[in-house]
Amino acid sequence: MAGLELLSDQGYRIDGRKATELRKIQARMGVFAQADGSAYLEQGNTKVLAVVYGPHEMRGSRSRARHDRAVINCQYSMATFSTAERKRRPHGDRKSTEMSLHLKQTFEAAVMTQLFPRSQIDIYVKILQSDGGNYSVCVNAATLAVIDAGIPMRDYVCACTVGFVDETPLADLCYAEEGGGVSSLGLALLPRSSQIALVQMDARLHQDNLDALMEAAMTACKGVSKVLDEVVRQHLQEASMLARD
Amino acid sequence: MAAEMRLPTIQKQGSMSIYGKGRKDLVVPGDIITSDTGFMSAMIISCLVRLFSFPHKGHGTYVDEDKLTASVAGEVERVDKLICVKPLKTRFNGEVGDVVVGRITEVQQKRWKVETNSRLDSVLLLSAVNLPGGELRRRSAEDELTMREYLHEGDLISAEVQSVFSDGALSLHTRSLKYGKLGQGVLVQVSPSLIKRQKTHFHNLPCGASIILANNGFVWLYPTPEQQEEEHFIVSFLQYINCLMALAAHKVLLYDTSVLYCFESSLQHQVKDILKPEVMEEIVMLTQQKLLEQKG
Repeated sequence: MAGLELLSDQGYRIDGRKATELRKIQARMGVFAQADGSAYLEQGNTKVLAVVYGPHEMRGSRSRARHDRAVINCQYSMATFSTAERKRRPHGDRKSTEMSLHLKQTFEAAVMTQLFPRSQIDIYVKILQSDGGNYSVCVNAATLAVIDAGIPMRDYVCACTVGFVDETPLADLCYAEEGGGVSSLGLALLPRSSQIALVQMDARLHQDNLDALMEAAMTACKGVSKVLDEVVRQHLQEASMLARD
Repeated sequence: MAAEMRLPTIQKQGSMSIYGKGRKDLVVPGDIITSDTGFMSAMIISCLVRLFSFPHKGHGTYVDEDKLTASVAGEVERVDKLICVKPLKTRFNGEVGDVVVGRITEVQQKRWKVETNSRLDSVLLLSAVNLPGGELRRRSAEDELTMREYLHEGDLISAEVQSVFSDGALSLHTRSLKYGKLGQGVLVQVSPSLIKRQKTHFHNLPCGASIILANNGFVWLYPTPEQQEEEHFIVSFLQYINCLMALAAHKVLLYDTSVLYCFESSLQHQVKDILKPEVMEEIVMLTQQKLLEQKG
């Protein structure tokens, strides 16, 4: 590996975490008044804003409407200032289109779309600061936004990116680790039933190691779900208290 | 013009300790509400509802491996053996008789499509409006052609819910003189859950303002018709708008008395100050006090 030691002999990673340790997650729900649902989530140094509109009437081409369920429309974008080098990021480039599609697939697995025939649910996510695990952080933020919008879901969707270094799975990769030649795997999980909403890996990994990596990813996702659960319950308590008096 | 700036402040935690252990049952998606099969009736009822194509309600539960599970974050409501979860925030779930304010989005054959903050656009049929020139008049082909002259895309209307379709879309009617196209005024959007259900949703307020508190959370503020314009008409109008926003920010139910009391309490402040957090809190506190006193 090119000079960078991702896992020290003592078992610490470059940012000082242990192999299975997640980054600090901080989140807030209901950040915008006009949207149906919104959330802001920080996972380490990755910061994401997610907004949900809907379910509402199909806008644009009516032909995309499904008579038996709602259509989920996702849009992923990155702010110009989100990465180390400042760069204009137009909508609809190949990378963000792919990410939008992945988000769409993830949420179609979790949102109970059959309750809203002929309508559309919009999920917009924007990366404000990118430090690895963009897909996972977007999923986590969008989950909170969907819950804030009061849209029925089977369960939370929690996502986490894991990597494999020196026969050890690393949970919740940061940017330096993602770029350091680690074979990484992104997993979106419905934690309570351990159902997989989406799994993505575009690197080489020996078959024997896949089980260990998946196991680590599931554990990490369940860890994320605990944090999100706390955020939602806190928000619920505060909001229902305001409404009461 | 001097602009006022302030630092972001940490939101107040409120009196969590007092309410900490809420009386209400709060659940989040995926929480198992009960595994007692006696409560399954919630789902059975919903199946019956779908079978007979009654209006379908998102009741916030589903059955997973014989366990009744919540699908939204909110409070559990039990009516005998029926269990629902009511989310804190949703789109408008219309019921027959609700007053709505909406915006025309599309003119189709014999119908207008109206955006009413509902899950699907509502429908206003040509046969459900009072056309100018007599109430009992056959709708001719000519009327169909001049539909766009009567209501254009972007127009605001007030209407009443006539019926609810099986997919949850609303059918509206304006067959009364109080409903119809809206003229000059201001629209304030709040959450539908903040509107108190009342016998009438049309009110005249002091200082020459009238208000429609529509059930879908669209509040329409307009000058009272056939009344001379008062001196500080515009100012008091703006005062009402800011009052509505202050009440909505503090989740106070909107109805004629609460709006009136809030307006009275806000008179000692300048219009531009009303939305400052500390002034807003003071005004809302005063309003709530007056409401409590009035209740007795």
